[in-house]
Amino acid sequence: MLDDFMIRATLAGFGVAIAAAPLGCFVVWRRMAYFGDATAHAAILGVALSLALSTSVFAGALAVALAMALTVSTLSGRGFAMDTLLGVLAHSALAFGLVSVSFLQGIRLDLDAYLFGDILAVNKSDLAVIWSGAALVLLLTLWRWSPLLTATLNPDLAHASGIDPKREQLVLTLGLAIVVAVAIKIVGALLIVALLIIPAAAARPLARTPEQMAFSAAVIGAAAAVGGLRLSFLFDTPSGPTIVCTASVLFAITAVSSRFIPR
Amino acid sequence: MQSPMRLVTLENLTVRLGGHTALSEVDFHIDKGEIVTVVGPNGSGKTTLLKAIIGAVKPRSGTLKHADGLRIGYVPQRLAIDTTLPLTVRRFLCLPHRHAEPTLQEALKNAGADGLIERQMTALSGGQFQRVLLARAILEKPDLLILDEPTTGLDQPGSAALYRQIEKVRRDLGSAVLMVSHELHVVMSASDRVICLNGHVCCHGAPEIVADAPEYRALFGSGTQGALALYRHDHDHHHHGHPAHSHEHGDCDHA
Ligand SMILES: Nc1ncnc2c1ncn2[C@@H]1O[C@H](COP(=O)(O)OP(=O)(O)OP(=O)(O)O)[C@@H](O)[C@H]1O
Ligand SMILES: [Mg+2]
Repeated sequence: MLDDFMIRATLAGFGVAIAAAPLGCFVVWRRMAYFGDATAHAAILGVALSLALSTSVFAGALAVALAMALTVSTLSGRGFAMDTLLGVLAHSALAFGLVSVSFLQGIRLDLDAYLFGDILAVNKSDLAVIWSGAALVLLLTLWRWSPLLTATLNPDLAHASGIDPKREQLVLTLGLAIVVAVAIKIVGALLIVALLIIPAAAARPLARTPEQMAFSAAVIGAAAAVGGLRLSFLFDTPSGPTIVCTASVLFAITAVSSRFIPR
Repeated sequence: MQSPMRLVTLENLTVRLGGHTALSEVDFHIDKGEIVTVVGPNGSGKTTLLKAIIGAVKPRSGTLKHADGLRIGYVPQRLAIDTTLPLTVRRFLCLPHRHAEPTLQEALKNAGADGLIERQMTALSGGQFQRVLLARAILEKPDLLILDEPTTGLDQPGSAALYRQIEKVRRDLGSAVLMVSHELHVVMSASDRVICLNGHVCCHGAPEIVADAPEYRALFGSGTQGALALYRHDHDHHHHGHPAHSHEHGDCDHA
């Protein structure tokens, strides 16, 4: 069954969409979109480094994404103007990544595959990495769900309940880096944040509780992955961007229809 | 001198926030079942004091001690809930720990917020929101209830009712109450002790004693002159270096 590339691709998209959904909700609730961008763009630098050092691309992307995420969350407590700082970090990480790729002589790197993803090229070992990463992130978010939610609501309330919001932030940071590293093959570094945010945003009008929102986001994300993949096959369009387009259409549908459904 | 009922002890606590000394050399304690009120002008470090007690701001120096297993219920001065976060009152009350339905209903009733359980947090009025915050704070039967201006946004009867509710919670649960209030008449009638803060502890003790203290009068005046008195307050007066000085019996230090 896994010999069919379409099935592998579908399973890969499914895995990432489901892991990204609850995490994406936190990204939305905590207004961390730019933070996600910085992490994702840094991953390109990780890809370049791992090719230069001939280590696994996943490990390289994960290491650099994690380093970036940690840097940003450390700086965020120090009174920097965060949106500017994140803008600087996100785009300079991407630029440095692109420049360092050009130094890699002798290695032919398909840069497009890392910027926009190449889900149809997912092989069995990629699939294993993607599913392990996705399962890890999902377990991490489920395990820390309640403290994470309390810390997201208000750090002081968290403290009063004996929860350390810094520690929860770290869990989120780690989860984000893992999702970025596994999703880079699916939608590419430029569109990872879209996969985090759009299903969560599409789920918002459907939900009355955080759990409903996370669950609906997972369903919407998975539907976008499967549907987008089908559409890209039918119309011969790039699959990563098509998945994101499908998710945005779903977002538009829930946003518009929620206006007509009395709640 | 250390009573076994002591819930929180602060010694010589100094807190700096972004280069500004928000609290300097504060000594403070609260015992089981007491109602202690913190008063002081805007920016005098009241919120900072409460946040230091719950561990949300780290002191630069000094010590903070909690009784073993101390349960704290906290009502923050402000709580902004992002509109992207769907949250019913029920779900809010169950953060971070789930509770049985009757427990939730009882807490809401005690806080004067019955009937709101299915509503969205972002759709509550200011007063309803405040009551739900109180309900959440009393849910876990705290040993210490910390309330930062709990009557903000309440009308006069609402505010009086909320104070009655707080008093009832204390009676029923035996919780100590530490609160910040600008409503001086309430403070004076309902508190066991009053702490007057202005970056440092200006004076503290039983309400009658504090009300007569020159430091308190300098901050709040004793009538319509109050507003003027604020301007005349001398921020440089010295309180430190009185080694023989005791705060234990509710006396005020005179500059
Ligand atoms: N994050 C911060 N960074 C820098 N300074 C701060 C910060 N938070 C508070 N401060 C300062 O610390 C001082 C004490 O603030 P605090 O919030 O404790 O005052 P307050 O007594 O609660 O005032 P209010 O009656 O207005 O609630 C103020 O001068 C305030 O400007
Ligand atoms: Mg305050």
